[in-house]
Amino acid sequence: MGIVFYLISAFAVGGALAAVLLKNLVHAALALTIAFFGLALLFLRLDAQFAGFAQILVYVGAVAILVVFAILLTKGSEVPKDGVFSKSWLAGLAISAGVFAVLAWAVLQAAPALPNEAAAPAITVNDIGNALMSRYVLPLEIVAVLLTAALLGAVIVAMHEKERAKQ
Amino acid sequence: MTPLAAYLIVAALVFAIGLAGALTRRNAIMVLIGIELMLNAANLNLIAFWRYSPHPELLSGMMFAIFSIAVAAAEAAVGLGLVISIYRHAKTTDVEQMNRMKG
Repeated sequence: MGIVFYLISAFAVGGALAAVLLKNLVHAALALTIAFFGLALLFLRLDAQFAGFAQILVYVGAVAILVVFAILLTKGSEVPKDGVFSKSWLAGLAISAGVFAVLAWAVLQAAPALPNEAAAPAITVNDIGNALMSRYVLPLEIVAVLLTAALLGAVIVAMHEKERAKQ
Repeated sequence: MTPLAAYLIVAALVFAIGLAGALTRRNAIMVLIGIELMLNAANLNLIAFWRYSPHPELLSGMMFAIFSIAVAAAEAAVGLGLVISIYRHAKTTDVEQMNRMKG
């Protein structure tokens, strides 16, 4: 593992830590963007160019902006006086530490069974497009329906209900 | 440590951080941010397994990750819409104060 991997990993993990720990929600959203960007760089390092750039487009470009809009619409940028962590934060911290311990133990215990570490797979966007249009065409259609339904659902859920306000 | 194990450890770390955020923060938007971090960690696992699999040209893990990104985007839109709707109704985004099911 090269030094680049450790640098990018530190970038991603540091961004995630800052996103969870920062008190101001706008700062947390910006740290979240850094974490998404670090994960996209990890994708690129794993020779998954399409997934890496899709990650940048979807997460850095859309989800992070959506989060910032939601924070501003709910006046979440003000830091509450009685703390940002819940009363049961110790239990949550213990559960997540336990989950990490189990996952890390399982990863380190498992024998390195996957042999293909030398050759980088030569996958072009052309191959991905062909696969999406042939073998994965049904999931693609289902995702299209899901995105349409989610778009309509999000608009309807967040829409202001004027009729109820009049009553 | 093999490269695959290193990527899996990083993914486990990001997943644990996201889980801690979702479990300990009081703001509903921060809970959603924690869920997004967990989804991203799962994507990193999928891409790492795809890269070091015996047949990466079959594109299975890559397709899983791409569809997972699409579903996560839909989830984020609906989740944030729900948070805005609840804020308009209850004037708070604190999950500890959302303890009534009656409107």
